[in-house]
Amino acid sequence: MKKEDLPQDPSALVGVTRDVCYVKDKDGKYTTDLSIGWDVKKQALDNAWEDINERIAEAAIKVKNGEISPIYYFMEKKLMDLPLLAGYTGFWQWTIKRHFKPEVFKRLSESRLQTYAKAFDVSVDELKNFNG
Amino acid sequence: MDKSLPYNHIQTAHCENGVATGLLRHHGLEFMTEPLMFGLGSGIFYIHIPFLMVNGGPAVSYRSMPGWIFSRASKLLGVKVNRKKFNSEKEAYDYLNKQIQLGNPVGCQVGVYNLPYFPAEYRFHFNAHNLVVYGKENGLYLVSDPVMETVTTLTEEDMLKVRFAKGPLAPKGHVYYPEDVKQVSKEQLQKAIYKAINRSAFEMIHIPGPIAGVDGINYTARQIRKWRDKLGPRKAGLYLGQIVRMQEEIGTGGGGFRFLYAAFLEQAADITGNQKLISLSDEFTKAGDLWRASAINMGRIFKGRLNEQKDFLECADMLDNIAAIERAAFKELRKIKM
Repeated sequence: MKKEDLPQDPSALVGVTRDVCYVKDKDGKYTTDLSIGWDVKKQALDNAWEDINERIAEAAIKVKNGEISPIYYFMEKKLMDLPLLAGYTGFWQWTIKRHFKPEVFKRLSESRLQTYAKAFDVSVDELKNFNG
Repeated sequence: MDKSLPYNHIQTAHCENGVATGLLRHHGLEFMTEPLMFGLGSGIFYIHIPFLMVNGGPAVSYRSMPGWIFSRASKLLGVKVNRKKFNSEKEAYDYLNKQIQLGNPVGCQVGVYNLPYFPAEYRFHFNAHNLVVYGKENGLYLVSDPVMETVTTLTEEDMLKVRFAKGPLAPKGHVYYPEDVKQVSKEQLQKAIYKAINRSAFEMIHIPGPIAGVDGINYTARQIRKWRDKLGPRKAGLYLGQIVRMQEEIGTGGGGFRFLYAAFLEQAADITGNQKLISLSDEFTKAGDLWRASAINMGRIFKGRLNEQKDFLECADMLDNIAAIERAAFKELRKIKM
């Protein structure tokens, strides 16, 4: 890529940092230049977030309908999956899956709720009272 | 005792290169550059891991395993890398503070999800980010993060959070720094360059199985041909988006690290006087340009402008073409001798 072809399309990087890119200068030698972003990758990132936000919205509806517990919602909201949540809480994945059931969730001990609240970086109240 | 130490912040495309380059320069190896580090560490690679999902998409990588670049380059230069991981947060905290008091800037492996200075859009649960801690002032760690334009700081609480992020590649407080750094002679450097080039060429061509090295690029192409029928147009488009993100996101230098490798070969030609490396550098520039053209093409699909099976086939053909160019270039590199 030639230096003059380096895209400068505003992206999420603006105001935070710029991206170092390896480009060719006029004499055909490699040099570095800074880019504020590229539309193609901005779109890829935007699409990924659109997908994530859809999943979070679906989870909220399921909680509202009483189909699933707030633990599932916060897992999605914090971009986690089962192995990751298991890592943060120390619970087995099948234990967490059980806690996805609203009736099991209602009977969870205060200490387990606290472990989840810490993993999600929310208060126990927020976790308990989330209703979609 | 708070004590800040002099450390020259450098901004690089890739975080591990940046930390490794900065630390070696700090220890007196001033010739070190990001492309040289990347090349000596045989950073260039390709792998498509089947069945593994990353953020709900395919797991492809354009580089070698996290941590390998610094380890391999150091070994070739006769430098020892001291690495420490911890089970206890307290021990990890004490160890880092001790290094700061000793005046020793260290590399830290961290998760980016809780890095407060990162743009929110980039904060995924990715645990193989690297930064340098070079001091502490008023209870704040002084941080040189190679993807940032300037130095930054982290609170004690945030530092513990990012050092003890959980999940795949969990850092476990991982701290590392070079030891016994001696001056490197020109001859030693030349030898290291040839060895590193040979290793990369070997890995890209001769690793058995269909998923790694140049074969892996063909593997991805074969998968892309099936995605639209198997997953439906929307999800198949998201998968292409993931490939583009891995290839072009902050920290790659563009073109899936191919431009970075081309820059390395250019510097290698300077250091060794081997002119053949210049023409091979051009081949990797070509490959990098094609990777970018492929990203644009994939972008047309995930932007929703195109979404026919023939568009996916075209993306796959482009990858096969890139694989052919890289295969030929690595075969030539395999023949390069001192």
